[in-house]
Amino acid sequence: MLSQLTVFMQNKEGRLASLCQALADADINMHSLYVADTSDYGVVRIFCDFPQKARKVLNQEGFRASIIPVIGVKVPNVKGGLANLLSFLDKAEVNIEYGYCFAVNNEYAIDVLKVDDPDFEVQLVNAGYEIVEKEEIYQRD
Amino acid sequence: MYYQEDLETMSRPELEKLQLQRLQDLAQYVYDRIPFYKEAFDKAGVTPADITSLSDLTKLPFTVKQDLRDAYPFDMFAVPREEVSRIHCSSGTTGTASVVGYTKHDLDEWSDCFARWIHAADCGKGSVLQVAYGYGLFTGGLGAHAGGEIAGCAVLPMSTGNTKRQVRLMNDFRTDILACTPSYALVIADEAIKEGYRPAVDFNLKAAILGAEPCSEGMRAEIEEKLGCKVFDIYGLSEVMGPGVACECEYHDGLHICEDKFIAEIVDPVTLEPVPDGEYGELVFTTLTKECSPLIRYRTRDITRFIPGDCACGRTGRRIDRIRGRSDDMLIIRGVNVFPIQFAQVISEFPEVTSYYQIVLTTKNHLDQVELQVETVSDFPFDEIRKLESLTSRIKHALKNNLQIAVDVKIVEPMTIERSEGKARRIIDLRGEN
Repeated sequence: MLSQLTVFMQNKEGRLASLCQALADADINMHSLYVADTSDYGVVRIFCDFPQKARKVLNQEGFRASIIPVIGVKVPNVKGGLANLLSFLDKAEVNIEYGYCFAVNNEYAIDVLKVDDPDFEVQLVNAGYEIVEKEEIYQRD
Repeated sequence: MYYQEDLETMSRPELEKLQLQRLQDLAQYVYDRIPFYKEAFDKAGVTPADITSLSDLTKLPFTVKQDLRDAYPFDMFAVPREEVSRIHCSSGTTGTASVVGYTKHDLDEWSDCFARWIHAADCGKGSVLQVAYGYGLFTGGLGAHAGGEIAGCAVLPMSTGNTKRQVRLMNDFRTDILACTPSYALVIADEAIKEGYRPAVDFNLKAAILGAEPCSEGMRAEIEEKLGCKVFDIYGLSEVMGPGVACECEYHDGLHICEDKFIAEIVDPVTLEPVPDGEYGELVFTTLTKECSPLIRYRTRDITRFIPGDCACGRTGRRIDRIRGRSDDMLIIRGVNVFPIQFAQVISEFPEVTSYYQIVLTTKNHLDQVELQVETVSDFPFDEIRKLESLTSRIKHALKNNLQIAVDVKIVEPMTIERSEGKARRIIDLRGEN
């Protein structure tokens, strides 16, 4: 499982900038950032180096941040790559809270999944999917 | 135009004689029938027989809103259930609502009060009265309705909302009088203009009898200009009766109190001593003719003053000035009376949020908007938007049930709501500023 840094954020001018600055000031590098937004607030989901330290830094700075365990699945960077995974998920009886993708290089993209069932990773491996290890994305702490 | 000329223009000595006689009867009546008052009189060391002049009223104990809440539901009723014709109550759940009952006679007296002001607005038989107050437990709708009927009007029971239809019928039915809150009158006016009407010219409106919330001078001028009618500020509160306790006459210089039915006092809200005539203080009412829910010296918390001198209209009931504010933290939101404590009570039922909250009041298209800001507790799973949205919608629903008004709930970042050792600034009232 990957450690995703999640931050609750009001839709307020400059708020995202100050979040990024707080991480920069703590010498933390980000690798991906994704915002799920509503009209009043956003939920920012981040992969960065030293996620535990990042969480502490942000909470000290007055943000509400926590670490959420998520699964990262490698999806080949070819036509139909994601469609194949999604059709598997469709058939598997698992509750997926949310998912999003980001590209890493020309070979594969990463599909991030938040699921209720911690054993789902095993099912994915058994079905032949490759799971992303922490070290492939960020430096752990 | 008078409705009950003998009562409305009764000479002061005669009126005071009537008040004294009614006050003496009332003191005995509540002492015999309502245990709360027997206890309160005994504790104050006063008996009904001690009332020998109107100035003896100050010997009697005050009644406050909490007394009515403590009596929930019917402990302050002075008549057996079979004599109760109607029950109204203020917003709030069990324990925070105040319940007021009316006998048939009480309802008639109330209708008479409202009818006086329809006549003061030079309307009555043959007039069409459009009631756009909410109908229900709130006294506005039914109070105006019954008053209109007894005054001889053709009453149009619209209730609030469906503004397009309000405009359409106001035009088609040639409405003479509109009864609603001032803010809703403006909403109706703006809708009419938006639809291409020229209400001041096209409509037949003569008067708007507006109450349940304060109406600023600017708002009044805007309503009068847009709707081409005269605005009559009407005052009342459900605890004392409902709309009609006092209202402006055709001279629009203060609100005449129906003094044959109510004794008004203005007291210093701290010392509770009467203030000199013409000075501002808290308005206190004693009901003289109510059978079901009579009140002795009820503290309204509304701040106003008596306007000295006689009125050119010939009515002898003293006039109070426009309500200037409150001596407590009550808010009037879309005509509904709300206390901040009601928000706190609803919030306390949600372990997902902290007890810190802030209420932001603004105005949008003349209507009050309420935003409640809360913070989630630190272990709330905010990663899932579905859970955040479910939380806000459950809080919204609970507030609607408790307060009878729609509240926008906003989850804010932790520590953004002011923490304070003393009295936190829970209410940010920006109404009238935008």
